[in-house]
Amino acid sequence: MPETPPPFDPDAYAALAAPLLGLALDPAWLPPITANLRVLAAAADLVADFPLPDAVEAAPRFEA
Amino acid sequence: MSGPAIPDATTIAAAIAERRSSAREIVAGTLDRIARIDGWVGSFTDVLPERALARADAIDAAIGRGEAMGPLAGVPFAVKNLIDVAGLPTRAGSKINRDRPPAVRDGTVVRRLEAAGAILVGALNMGEYAYDFTGENVHDGDAHNPHALDHMTGGSSGGSGAALAAGLVPLTLGSDTNGSIRVPAAFCGCFGMKPTYGRISRAGSFPFVGSLDHLGPMARSVADLALAYDALQGPDPEDPVATTRAPEPAAASLEAGIDGLRIAVAGGYFARGGDPEAFAAVARVAEALGASRTVELPEAHRARAAAYLITAAEGATLHLDRLRTRPQDFDPAVRDRLIAGAMIPAPFVERAQRFRRWYRDAVLTLFDGVDVILAPATPCRAPKGGQTHFVIDGVTLPVRANIGLFTQPISFIGLPVVAVPVRLDAGLPLGVQVIAAPWREDLALRVARQLERDGICTAPVAELG
Repeated sequence: MPETPPPFDPDAYAALAAPLLGLALDPAWLPPITANLRVLAAAADLVADFPLPDAVEAAPRFEA
Repeated sequence: MSGPAIPDATTIAAAIAERRSSAREIVAGTLDRIARIDGWVGSFTDVLPERALARADAIDAAIGRGEAMGPLAGVPFAVKNLIDVAGLPTRAGSKINRDRPPAVRDGTVVRRLEAAGAILVGALNMGEYAYDFTGENVHDGDAHNPHALDHMTGGSSGGSGAALAAGLVPLTLGSDTNGSIRVPAAFCGCFGMKPTYGRISRAGSFPFVGSLDHLGPMARSVADLALAYDALQGPDPEDPVATTRAPEPAAASLEAGIDGLRIAVAGGYFARGGDPEAFAAVARVAEALGASRTVELPEAHRARAAAYLITAAEGATLHLDRLRTRPQDFDPAVRDRLIAGAMIPAPFVERAQRFRRWYRDAVLTLFDGVDVILAPATPCRAPKGGQTHFVIDGVTLPVRANIGLFTQPISFIGLPVVAVPVRLDAGLPLGVQVIAAPWREDLALRVARQLERDGICTAPVAELG
């Protein structure tokens, strides 16, 4: 197994994920979609870097 | 000549109750001003003269019969067009929703304000499907900031802020998922309240992100905000997250002052990443309140990232069928973000929701030591209309994604906030978030009222025409 996963390729990912979601993408939409995917991936990394205890559960219904 | 601005709600209600004015006179004046002014501002998408005048006549007749009237009797108001208004398709800023059948009845918030005597005069412009911080709309045209027409109103409740700042109505309703009441309140220089998550029913409004959506009032005075807030409260079985708590009216304690309140300034994340003016506005408010303490909301930058992920994923889930069938009918800027949101792997979103639980618990412990926390509402004054990037701390950033960087970590855990307007100079206004613990809107309102009484926070009508 490789020690590290290959880098995220948002163009390839969007092209493969769209049919799964039933979405037909105009090629002109791809650059902004992949730019957004990069931002979302960075946000996900930021959240994932925080060491959450296993016992912390998501609230099934958020309450203030 | 733009003519006189509509007085504030408290003044109108008193004039009508004392029969110095009739509801018909007030509504006719309101409709006239909207007709003359709104072409510049673009805040209304629907004006309802027949409905409003009929309602005004009914109120005048009831007063003539000596009937007891509600605290908002005769007060005109308008609502963001994601709130149901009987007879109108609830467009939520979109082209697609215009094909929906007209709403068969008003949303809960409209019915509650009208039960208190208020009079609905129309529906207000907004960013498409509320996924917006600018107040710009490709379908209806952009709302313009009445204080500088070539600048943004902020969004997504852009029409709600602009109609107030232009003096068209004294009271509006908006929605706030990540900052959509607090941002236009700041940019348009008015007061806005995002209550505790679950406090005000959202039944009969078009959703965006169910676990983050709030409705709330906006006004030009704190007393008006409190009157509306009190009228809007109450359980509602039609909103699955509406609280079952009994209403906790806040207007009666508005003049209680701030003695005994522990007020602190949010440091760390909330003290960097904005223009100096944004922090100067907070400093002015803090000085007026004698607040010298600083507290740090832990991991606020991650909270913002988690809110961003949840918003994109939940919003995309809501709109997936429309993205499949009518993608060309979306605002491209909204469509592209929603499509990307639909592609987020589930573990990323679940992790964000778990982090949310941790962050909520960590922030709530801060309220053991403080009652109110102050933070900037936005990182800057209103950008120019159409502006796509701004420079903050020497870094060029996209406007749309970053206007809400100080509001997102607060709404993420549903804390109540009153956004107060601050004028540092003759330039555009700024806003400060007055943040309280869950269910303590009363404290945020008391602080806002003290700032208003001391002349630190005012919401004058823009000079137009």
